[in-house]
Amino acid sequence: MLQYDLVVVGGGPAGMAAALQAHEDGVEKILVLERADTLGGILEQCIHTGFGLHYFGEELSGPEYAARFSEALYKTNIDVKVDTMVLDISADNVVTAVNNFDGLLTVKAAAVVLAMGCRERPRGALSIAGSRASGIMTAGTAQKYVNIDGYMPGKTVVILGSGDIGLIMARRMTLEGAKVKAVCELMPYSGGLTRNIVQCLEDFGIPLRLSCTVIQTHGKERLEGVTVANVDEHLQPIPGTEEYIPCDTLMLSVGLIPENELSKSAGVALDPVTNGLVVDEYRETSKKGVFACGNVLQVHDLVDYVTEESKLAGAGAAKFIRGEKPAGGTVTTVGENGVRYVVPQRINRATDKDVKLYFRVGRVLENVTLTVTCGEETLISRKKRKMTPGEMEYVTLKASVLEKLPEDAKLVVSTKEA
Amino acid sequence: MKTKELICVSCPIGCAVTVTLDDNNEVVSVTGNTCKRGDSYARQECTHPERMLTSTVKVIGSRLPVVPVKSAKPVPKELLLDCMQEINRVTVQAPVHIGDVVLANILNTGVDIVATNNA
Ligand SMILES: Cc1cc2nc3c(=O)[nH]c(=O)nc-3n(C[C@H](O)[C@H](O)[C@H](O)COP(=O)(O)OP(=O)(O)OC[C@H]3O[C@@H](n4cnc5c(N)ncnc54)[C@H](O)[C@@H]3O)c2cc1C
Ligand code: SF4
Repeated sequence: MLQYDLVVVGGGPAGMAAALQAHEDGVEKILVLERADTLGGILEQCIHTGFGLHYFGEELSGPEYAARFSEALYKTNIDVKVDTMVLDISADNVVTAVNNFDGLLTVKAAAVVLAMGCRERPRGALSIAGSRASGIMTAGTAQKYVNIDGYMPGKTVVILGSGDIGLIMARRMTLEGAKVKAVCELMPYSGGLTRNIVQCLEDFGIPLRLSCTVIQTHGKERLEGVTVANVDEHLQPIPGTEEYIPCDTLMLSVGLIPENELSKSAGVALDPVTNGLVVDEYRETSKKGVFACGNVLQVHDLVDYVTEESKLAGAGAAKFIRGEKPAGGTVTTVGENGVRYVVPQRINRATDKDVKLYFRVGRVLENVTLTVTCGEETLISRKKRKMTPGEMEYVTLKASVLEKLPEDAKLVVSTKEA
Repeated sequence: MKTKELICVSCPIGCAVTVTLDDNNEVVSVTGNTCKRGDSYARQECTHPERMLTSTVKVIGSRLPVVPVKSAKPVPKELLLDCMQEINRVTVQAPVHIGDVVLANILNTGVDIVATNNA
């Protein structure tokens, strides 16, 4: 059995940043395990620009952003195994993986960082009538076909769901000569970033149909068309609004789910709202010495925030390996009144840094006051012009404020109409 | 005087920006932006809009069939589809490195198309 101080599962932006930070903080034996044939994760197929503005102050494409980290990583003595799939993490941190070179691999780790990312919700998660014709795929799969494999999956496209990947693919397919007939969104607002609605749809005159869904697909071998319909406030199709749209491709961009099968087997607690993990301010999970960062923890729309979060996890793992333990009890966080969730869910009062509370709202909120309260006391109050479910927000809580909170306090992140 | 509502797309935050234009369509003021990139974006968008263009080009002799590329600087928005036709005619030979120019001065815009991954 191999022995490492730190094993990082997943070599996307999250895993790479965590490994690099732990290395910088003095952890000696680090191993990164990645199932794909290169480091970089999903960024390898995200060839559009817009990555890194916050972190590097430059507008990079996904592969360029990833390369900044993989190049730095290969200059260190961090060990990397690609084409290696992690199968299991045991209760005592023995990581089991498999690849063609080593066969079955077992590694005993002092600490583990979980950075497996997320995957797309497949068609099976929706109920659309129709047979399994070819031409129906997730937007991320289409992205891989076009940007990595270099072929076009279709000529006339309807996209269901206005998540960012769907919006990005609407533009990509249009640039490559396909006709994108519509982007249909079940909700009355888009789940994607505003910038993508402007640059990917409005620039090319692609209609965004809100409160609209696909109710049926047509065609046996290859998709021939879809029937769309408007939905009411209960998200039910409204009879009489059906419309047939001929198309050979239907792309689904209906949400991402953190990839947490491994975490479950490792016995780590999940958050029922995010489907991600429950963590503290250094991204330590409910299990000592097991940390998590990136999309496995919460679905991020900005990779810059993934990097920031992952450096925390790397630093936390380094502290754990050095044997530093935070003393003084924890406080918990919770979202209320429009705030769907808060990460981290738990904070050590005696933490050494200011803590950013990341959250998402459950619906579009305009002109509200965002508050962080503890019992009767208001710790933070901010006016917000607009918050949307598509954009992750944060507020910063000062370490000096945290330290004064009573033990077992509950911090509530909430909104009030102004 | 008139006003135009824009969404700044210089970064993914997407601030709502209001531009006030005078009767000659000259920008009088920009409000709502939270950083100075928003100001220059709004002025630009009202006079000559530009976009970054990203795509892929065919590559020979690599483990991958295509390599991703981008315009080194934004190109005029109305030229996006014309630029794509030029890009689709290009084939490069491996090895390719991040930053290599695969097509110089596309459509005389003064902008190079560069590789964004190694292949
Ligand atoms: C299809 C898709 C497109 C996206 N497009 C954008 C975009 O345009 N812009 C943007 O900002 N964000 C985008 N995102 C979000 C993006 O995923 C995050 O910004 C960021 O890449 C998350 O980093 P990560 O390291 O957490 O996850 P990932 O990049 O997904 O990396 C996780 C890595 O873990 C590996 N892994 C998983 N399980 C195992 C295992 N059992 N053993 C070994 N390795 C494993 C995977 O192979 C992968 O390389 C997209 C997400 C998806 C799914
Ligand atoms: S104004 Fe600045 S912060 Fe706001 S969207 Fe533009 S670049 Fe981003």
